[in-house]
Amino acid sequence: MNRIKIIVLTGVTVLCLVVAGGYFLYARGLDRAMAAPSVTGSAAPSLDLAAVLRGPHIVFRSTLLGTGYDQLAAVPLDAPGGPRAFSPLSCERVYATRTAGVCVSADRGVVQTYALLGLDATMTKITNTPLAGLPSRARMSPDGTLVSTTTFVTGHSYAQASFSTSTIVRRDGRSLGNLETFTTTLPDGQQLVAADRNYWGVTFAPDDDTFYATAASNGTTWLVRGSLAKRTMQALRTDAECPSLSPDGKHVAYKKRLGNRTPGVWRLAVLDLATGQETLLDETRSADDQMEWLDDSHVLYGMPRGGSQATTSDVWVAPIDGSRPPRVLIPGADSPAVVRM
Amino acid sequence: MYITLRGVPETEDAGPEADGAAVVDRPGRVATPRARLRRGAVPRTVLALGVVSLLTDVSSESVSAVLPLYITAIMGMGPLAYGFIDAIYQGTSAAVRLLGGWWADRTRRPKWVAFAGYLVSAVSKFGLLAFTGFGSLTGVIAVDRLGKGLRTGPRDALIVTASEPHRLGRNFGVHRALDTAGALIGPLIAFAVLAAIPLGLGGYHAVFVISTAFAIIGVVALALIVPDLRSERRAEPSPGPRIALRRADFLRPGLRRVLVAAAVLGVATIGDGFIYLALADGGSLATQYFPLLFVGTNAVYLLLAVPLGRLSDRVGRGTVFLVGHLLLLAAYLLIGAHLVGTPGAILDLVLLGAFYAATDGVLSALTARVVAEQHRASGIAAAQTVVALARFVCSIGFGLLWQLTARSDAVTAMAVVLGVAVVVAGWALRPLLGRTAVPASGGAE
Repeated sequence: MNRIKIIVLTGVTVLCLVVAGGYFLYARGLDRAMAAPSVTGSAAPSLDLAAVLRGPHIVFRSTLLGTGYDQLAAVPLDAPGGPRAFSPLSCERVYATRTAGVCVSADRGVVQTYALLGLDATMTKITNTPLAGLPSRARMSPDGTLVSTTTFVTGHSYAQASFSTSTIVRRDGRSLGNLETFTTTLPDGQQLVAADRNYWGVTFAPDDDTFYATAASNGTTWLVRGSLAKRTMQALRTDAECPSLSPDGKHVAYKKRLGNRTPGVWRLAVLDLATGQETLLDETRSADDQMEWLDDSHVLYGMPRGGSQATTSDVWVAPIDGSRPPRVLIPGADSPAVVRM
Repeated sequence: MYITLRGVPETEDAGPEADGAAVVDRPGRVATPRARLRRGAVPRTVLALGVVSLLTDVSSESVSAVLPLYITAIMGMGPLAYGFIDAIYQGTSAAVRLLGGWWADRTRRPKWVAFAGYLVSAVSKFGLLAFTGFGSLTGVIAVDRLGKGLRTGPRDALIVTASEPHRLGRNFGVHRALDTAGALIGPLIAFAVLAAIPLGLGGYHAVFVISTAFAIIGVVALALIVPDLRSERRAEPSPGPRIALRRADFLRPGLRRVLVAAAVLGVATIGDGFIYLALADGGSLATQYFPLLFVGTNAVYLLLAVPLGRLSDRVGRGTVFLVGHLLLLAAYLLIGAHLVGTPGAILDLVLLGAFYAATDGVLSALTARVVAEQHRASGIAAAQTVVALARFVCSIGFGLLWQLTARSDAVTAMAVVLGVAVVVAGWALRPLLGRTAVPASGGAE
């Protein structure tokens, strides 16, 4: 190798490493600055968590950059846009009821690992169950005894197999197994046995047996209603993902593709279980979330802000009759869970 | 060192093949082939390509390590969206691999076709910084994989051209070891950066910038330090349409045998993901160590690539290729027999890593010996494509079995299939099993 080539290669290498190293330091500097409490600016003094949890409240994951990013937080139900109370737990996904909560936490070490933290009524960690794969959804039954989690199991860089979800329901911390081991009946009476079947997005009825979920195979998704005791599921309709049952049990809210085959594009809809009438929400942006019910006529969902603020999302509220346009309920929040007491 | 001399095929003319090996190691000193034989040094071309692959793998694996998180946690997309991107990731590369091989053979400039592939991937890294939408991200990933598909065949052809025939297995081992080292370092860098910059998009952007830097260094290194080796024959100085693949000429019996063996064995090879799932399912290890399985397999691959490559030079590449699949068979049986627990899981990873070390580079080395020189890149690309397609077919079939039966039973069933496949492949490869059995270019001269 001649001298010029060595000089050029060394020069390019040094230049690239300097630029990359410089960018790393710059990004870390920004990160430090955001983490510094003084820059939180708008952040009004935070509330006392125990006080907020005593009344009706919403538990969520705070996504405001700065102090408390990623942390479990809560606001009073009657002042959702105001100051919030923080728990020290960092979570990717949270859910809570009056008596218990769950926090899907990520340990961002060199090897990223995830765990399902079981929380008591004060949002304090009492159990820790390791989760395999990247967490996606977490839900509890209204009384807190059932917990479901959805993770992508083979969604890892080294894995050559295509993606697969693992949705597991736990009763009082004991696994009832992966939903793939349940029996699913399709609308035409056939059983779903395809190899690529996947399940995700569980929502529970108050009876602690009935649940709704998404089943998918070969590009088709179904809304299914299942029974934990019988370990069966029955498909109700196609094109409905990540269902959420209303508190009165009359409606199921979900996201749907509306014939749009582009992955990552969904519209939000609500189904009247009695009449089978489906209503699209007045939300024109694509939304990818498992909705939560604010009350029997309003749903909540997380929506990321665009561009450079993509890691911050807001919780929006929309009436299910489409009577008013959606609006931001909790800025800088994600993964809401409404606790009505 | 002397022991490897036994592997020199007496009937073979090492002259033109050793072309690259005659490249000067240090300025002013041209080693004679005989001196080089004794020293057994790894040709500079092979080392240089290994370093380029290492840099490029640091680049691509650092991104793919954080991609699932970036897509789902940051961009807020669901499982199906991730699955779609993953499919693009796996599919594109296989689709253009044949094209890269054919192009390199046609132009007789494998270095520059490989360069085009590396360049395309490096340029795509800029796209990660510029775009955030789903469609553009899919496009960026497709372009990156396009580059990977283009470069693989020509790069392996360069390794063959640069190597003495009796050290080809070892040289592929060296290249794959360096390549795998990059695949181990990349994710470590990525997660270290994310741990240092936990808030917002900054950490991801820093990973993308670092990835781009390594990709550029890799491309420049390829351009500057890898010699522009070409095949000796200049039968057709101006590459015209006539040089395009002629089936009868290309698909010689030797290559046919290799392709049949690769297809039969590939159909019986289930994805690593399933093996890791089976291990996790069997409760042999705590689930939080799941990602470590991938690291463990690659570490074993890294350690064994050179020794097994050497072994393939001594006892024959076909033999090592078959034995590698027997190691995989042993890994299946271990799972099927529930002989797991932590020691079992570790043994399984060792077997899996050894399987890759005994088959990946060795297949290219094996293929190189049965194709004419002017079809070298195409032949290697064809073998790799056959393996990729066959494994894809297997994944679908095995997925079905996996759902319908107990998981350990499904793995046991695949062990039986693989056992049959090894016998069939052994029969197909029987003229190629000895160490000196195959003339250099299938008698093309």
